[in-house]
Amino acid sequence: MNTIDSSRRDFLRLAASTLGLSFAVPGLDLRAAEQRGSERAKSFLTIWLGGGQSQLESWDPHPGTRIGGDVSSIKTTIPGLEIADLYPQSAEQLHHLCVIRSMVSKEGDHERASYMLHTGYRPEPTLVHPSIGSIAIHELPNGAVEIPQFVSLGDANFPPRGGFLGDRFDAYRIFNPGETGQNIKALVDQDRQDRRLKSLSVVSQSFMQGRKAKVEQTLHQHTIDAALRMMTSEQLKAFSIEQEPKELRAAYGDNPFGRGCLVARRLIEVGVRSLEVSLQGFDTHAKNHEGQASRAKTLDPALATLIKDLVDRDLLQSTIVLVTGEFGRTPNINPLGGRDHWPNGFSCLLGGGGLSSGLVIGETDPEGEAKQPKDPIEVADLYATILYRLGVDYAKEVITPIGRPMKFCAGQPIERFL
Amino acid sequence: MNNCRTLVTAIAPLLVVAGVFVLVASAARSPIRSIRPEKATESVVDSADRESIVHRIDRLFSDRWHEAGLEPAVPTDDLTLYRRLSLVLLGTVPSLEEIRLFESDGSPDRIDRWTDQMLSDRRFADYFARRFSRFFVGADEGQFVVFRRDRFWAWLGNQFHENRPYDEIVRSMIADRGLWTDKPQVNFVAAVVTEGVIDHNKLAGRTARAFLGQRIDCAQCHNHPFADWKQAQFEGLAACYGQLNISGVGVEDNNDKKDKPPYLIQDRLTLQDREIEPAVPFHPEWMPGTGKTRGRLAAWVTHPDNRRFDRAIVNRIWGLMFGRPWIQPVDDLPNPNEAGSDTNDLLDLIGADFRSHGCDLKRLIRNIAATRVFRVSSQHSAFDEGDKAGSVEETWAAFPLTRLRPEQVIGSMLQASSIKTVDQNSHWTIRAVRFFRELDFVKEYGDLGDDELTERAGTIPQALLRMNSNFAAEWTKSTIFSAAGRIAGMAPDDDACLDTCFLVCLTRHPTREERSVILKQLEGTKKDERSQVVEDLFWTLFNAPEFCWEH
Repeated sequence: MNTIDSSRRDFLRLAASTLGLSFAVPGLDLRAAEQRGSERAKSFLTIWLGGGQSQLESWDPHPGTRIGGDVSSIKTTIPGLEIADLYPQSAEQLHHLCVIRSMVSKEGDHERASYMLHTGYRPEPTLVHPSIGSIAIHELPNGAVEIPQFVSLGDANFPPRGGFLGDRFDAYRIFNPGETGQNIKALVDQDRQDRRLKSLSVVSQSFMQGRKAKVEQTLHQHTIDAALRMMTSEQLKAFSIEQEPKELRAAYGDNPFGRGCLVARRLIEVGVRSLEVSLQGFDTHAKNHEGQASRAKTLDPALATLIKDLVDRDLLQSTIVLVTGEFGRTPNINPLGGRDHWPNGFSCLLGGGGLSSGLVIGETDPEGEAKQPKDPIEVADLYATILYRLGVDYAKEVITPIGRPMKFCAGQPIERFL
Repeated sequence: MNNCRTLVTAIAPLLVVAGVFVLVASAARSPIRSIRPEKATESVVDSADRESIVHRIDRLFSDRWHEAGLEPAVPTDDLTLYRRLSLVLLGTVPSLEEIRLFESDGSPDRIDRWTDQMLSDRRFADYFARRFSRFFVGADEGQFVVFRRDRFWAWLGNQFHENRPYDEIVRSMIADRGLWTDKPQVNFVAAVVTEGVIDHNKLAGRTARAFLGQRIDCAQCHNHPFADWKQAQFEGLAACYGQLNISGVGVEDNNDKKDKPPYLIQDRLTLQDREIEPAVPFHPEWMPGTGKTRGRLAAWVTHPDNRRFDRAIVNRIWGLMFGRPWIQPVDDLPNPNEAGSDTNDLLDLIGADFRSHGCDLKRLIRNIAATRVFRVSSQHSAFDEGDKAGSVEETWAAFPLTRLRPEQVIGSMLQASSIKTVDQNSHWTIRAVRFFRELDFVKEYGDLGDDELTERAGTIPQALLRMNSNFAAEWTKSTIFSAAGRIAGMAPDDDACLDTCFLVCLTRHPTREERSVILKQLEGTKKDERSQVVEDLFWTLFNAPEFCWEH
């Protein structure tokens, strides 16, 4: 087969865990949760701002200019850096991260741009590229984690996909953060469950005859085993937040996004590798200021509390945090008081996991005349940086199912962040 | 006033639900008696003609197998073939009722006759309409007001049921005018409207992909990576829809108006507007010189010499029947040989027959269903040992194992939970349940979107859904109405009980090993205990790879 050889990988993982070769696979230590600081295996958390956050009403305001809108700016914990007054709590935590004000991409449609910002590639008709989170779990499986290793929290329109790596590298979706997830409890008691599974193995055996290689490729039994492991796992507790102090829950925000961020922190603690928490509603083609301000009311406390919580628990050193949407919004304000899609010079936040902090990269034109920002950062380079920091060979070439070789990431790591 | 509004807000969802119920009920077409097929519906001449095309397809494959030095898999048994056809054509496993009739039919040509029977079943038309809708109007929900997916499904189902020539169906979709409710075919164009704006590029891309098997839409921004499509060709095609006008009175054309607006696009480099004239990407001589632009485009797409049209539908139907198209991806076919039809090319071979027989879809399906390659087993010794598995797969020497679509999985679970056939004769409540539950299930199982013919492995959320969901609980439950309950209560002995469960779920009898293990569980059980064993067995069979994969 030309496709990615996953059964071999599974075998190696199994061999490594049974033979005690924990050095062979990163992050196999069962006590991962107790490790702290830079010793920990790294996680990658994306805060996804669906619809396209306005850079001008968040990390890159230009108050008092033609394009500035109704925004004012406030000081932050990064000396000399000011951001929109809609993010007062985040302003206090910003020194833990870097601000990039010059992201550039060529995709201005929600679906295409979401693809670009998840994969680092532009969409192509013949091939679906894997998201960065999927590449991370493909390359760095964590045998000690019994729950899915890539979790998407919230109601994202375009959740991250495994692409040509396979559907099993798709993010596992939790639509209502704080709840354990769908269909986790067995329908019957253990005795009956055992009877069911015993018969299943007999029926599966008959089907294997003359079809062994093909049936193995379906991963049918593999997914059932993984599902059973998950159903009885102690780690499922990471999905619920009842044990968290009331004050902390309130600080994150008692809404799906706030709960999603808190659950994300709990999942990071058990060793989940890739996570995405999404907040929708940034697509403000009309009444931009009101729309962005209302989203900021949810995003600001959750983001600030999350960063602080990760720092307090000494988890930020091992967790790469990326805050981005699919694009930014136009400098010009349209007749409806809205801003439209803008992939040329939008902002994102990046930090944690041993990346630099406190940097401010790039600059957009305060008059909105120049289309390109200064010091533009390409999406692919951003992802090469993240993969490199996670410990993944970002330039590794794999043979895709259509037989075409493809690099995980076509960019180069950006030295300033390392 | 305020109260009135509150009331309206409160009952609005109810009105929607009521509306959908009316819709489902209206889908209650005149009941058709499910009868045992007595004789083939085709004339003798047609049948002889068909034999020759089936024969030629068979020869093409035996040559390939011979060249590769491979023995093809043996013909599969009739029951497996019956299940295969039922899943492909009706979207569910056969009911116990149907299996019993089929088994009692001892004649050698029973598969051919039962294939005909399925093709004349309304379930075929409805199921195929939904599969086709995926690439005709996309999988996304679309705008509720101007795009009526349900009306489109129903219309397309009618066309398939009446076996209207495929080229006519396509011409209607591209060129017809009217309101989306009254002339549902216009939903093909209405589906690309977003927030009142017509997406001409999407329409042009879809036309080339769905009807011609060409991915010309990547030429929207750049030239095609290997085929010879240029940006200008794409723009010209999009301009064929440039005079399309969609308003409250439906889909119309501006061609009649004196001051028809020019079709402009913004140049990606200069950001200036350019006027684009309608043009087709190849063989402009196939396009009539007069008439409305959409009508001329429709004539060009379906022109008898446009082999791309025939090749595209053959590859598509092949994909629906085998779960894997002849050429992958299904809508990016290599250019046909300009010199003329190539009889060693499967798409040309079947395509020519399709065209010369009036673009008859049912005939196309019957032809493929009659070939040896469709009827071989999915078992092959190469899959158990040795290194030939790859070439067996490449040469189609065994039937491909493919993941069932979510609609097929839920359709099969629902069918297996009932002894009687679930079809247009079923009580409307059963059909309504099917309608709503299917939507939920497809969403949870993972909708495959437009891109449904690529090979995929299973996922953990799917396993959890089959094992632990309400759907699973409901359809394995033993009640006086359910298959599990009726089999547990009425089977004369343990052997019959086990046998019936296997037939209902897997369309086969249990093997000796299966008997020896599972009969022990049934031994000496009564009432509730027995019901539980049968429930457990249903659960087992629903979770078996054999249930979830076409084979």
